[in-house]
Amino acid sequence: MTGSLFERSETLYRRRRAANRLMTGVMVLAVVVALVPLFFILFYLVTKGIGGLTLDLLTQDPNRPGRPGGGVRNAIAGSAIMVGLATAIGTPIAIGCGVFLAEYGQNRLGTVIRFLVDVMAGIPSITVGLFVYGLVVLPQKGFTAFAGALALAIILIPIVARITEEMVLLVPRSLREAAYALGAPRWRTVLRVVLPTATPGIVTGVILALSRIAGEAAPLLFTSLGNQFFSTDVFQAMDALPLRIFVYAVGPYDYWHEQAWAMSLLLVGAILVVSLIVRALFGTRVTVRQ
Amino acid sequence: MAVTTLGRSGHRLRLMNRLKPGDWLFTALVSAAAMVVLVVIGGLFYELTSGAWPSIREFGPSFAWDTTWSPSQGVFGAGSFIVGTAITSVFALVFATAIAVFVALFLVEIAPRAVARPVSYLVELLAAIPSVVYGLWGVFVLGAFIRDQLGPAITRAFGWAPFLDGTPLPTGLLNACLILTVMILPTVMAVSRDVIAAVPRSQREGVLALGATRWEMIRLAVLPYARSGIMGAAILGLARAVGETLAVTLVIGNRVGIPDSIFDPAYTMASVIANQFTEVESDLHRAALIEVALVLLVMTVLINVVARLLVWRVTKGQRAVVLE
Repeated sequence: MTGSLFERSETLYRRRRAANRLMTGVMVLAVVVALVPLFFILFYLVTKGIGGLTLDLLTQDPNRPGRPGGGVRNAIAGSAIMVGLATAIGTPIAIGCGVFLAEYGQNRLGTVIRFLVDVMAGIPSITVGLFVYGLVVLPQKGFTAFAGALALAIILIPIVARITEEMVLLVPRSLREAAYALGAPRWRTVLRVVLPTATPGIVTGVILALSRIAGEAAPLLFTSLGNQFFSTDVFQAMDALPLRIFVYAVGPYDYWHEQAWAMSLLLVGAILVVSLIVRALFGTRVTVRQ
Repeated sequence: MAVTTLGRSGHRLRLMNRLKPGDWLFTALVSAAAMVVLVVIGGLFYELTSGAWPSIREFGPSFAWDTTWSPSQGVFGAGSFIVGTAITSVFALVFATAIAVFVALFLVEIAPRAVARPVSYLVELLAAIPSVVYGLWGVFVLGAFIRDQLGPAITRAFGWAPFLDGTPLPTGLLNACLILTVMILPTVMAVSRDVIAAVPRSQREGVLALGATRWEMIRLAVLPYARSGIMGAAILGLARAVGETLAVTLVIGNRVGIPDSIFDPAYTMASVIANQFTEVESDLHRAALIEVALVLLVMTVLINVVARLLVWRVTKGQRAVVLE
């Protein structure tokens, strides 16, 4: 009797241990499965992109379609201009919104705004493009870099607003109380004590938001449209790296495909370098998401 | 906030501050910045509704299930795009969640810190790759793999099943499904990881003290506690998949109609907008595309609201920086 009970508990124990080992194996396998695509994407980006990454790519404008050679100077300049403009438009609003949430947001209105910021972060970027199309492009009767920057700014605002809130809330209360004790009014306390203390975190947030909007093409399709020629006029159509990758990826020419890979390598390389630097400087709490 | 903790003198301070024009101006400015969010979301709904109005008036509610999309005849229904979006994003939701939850469990429950941090970082790198680069990779690398290896293998093994037969084309539903799975994996993984890490230690210790193995502890103590949060993570991933545009536009093949096979070319809501909006054939065509965007917007907002509520319920009290 006791023997069979012992044997039964022994089998049960062995089975439980086997299940434990099996599921541990499944978890390790899942990690491998998750990392395989990353490896293959980076591998093909480097092997297919490195050949096209020439000085011409950076310094020439595109040739007439079908004539190999040329570069994407217009797209690089366009991306820089529109991302810069979007940051200039979006960052003050986003920081203001974040400060509002942190300073005055501990009530029902704050909860509503915070929730709306989260909702805004989840809005598909293509609908943002259509919104700006109706708001700016139709009345102005033309595609402009300004409209593109506006669409990118709308995508940037919720990201920077939330991170600003987090960073402002992290500022130790004793710092504020010291400022209040010296007789500083609230606005001076926030501007001269709280925000400077939170600046490194907010800068990180802005940089992350930049690397996010630099890769966006969907909001630009109907706003800045793309432009085969070099242009720095913000009231004209303008090119951007992701837009040019999209055009070249669906295009018929082999040299277009090669340049699309090279541009992708350039873009991903820049984003990864930025994310590594941010991570090295500010730790792991913050990550880049497209 | 801090002022209130100062007690009576704080009240006096606040009263004094209320009289200061600087404070008044500052409050007004940051409140205005916060209102921008309200205005943008309101404006987005207003703009898309008014842009879509001709189409809404013309086709009514049947727009959501009618599968005719004919710019030349002026008849529009979003049925096949909604089906395309549903198939691709539900596929991505199921597979990404299955993988992501196990990865998250590995990171929180098994891996030592020295392993967990780099692995976590690498998986999250997937989220840093732009959509259009995924599309490029999907067209030229994954497409060839599906045509030459994966597709034939599937038809050989499951060709008898209804949705798994046909000719494996490089671009089509399957390609879009796989790309979306990879794209939403980091989102689901990161949120699941935070949710699982938020499960109280006492839960685990209680079960371990009863002699449970590690997997039994996960199954009995961790997963039940984290379940609604993991569902939230999955639904956040779903919202991303539904709204994903350029990668899908490049790899899905862009064809109107209900697909018969996992290899067929199809359309999603986002990809039909991206593909057709700049070359509309009539004002009604434009309005119909804007209505598709409106449906997409309403769907993603609803999905996001549900997801946020679920995640908030588990991680409430903990603040984590999650950038979507």
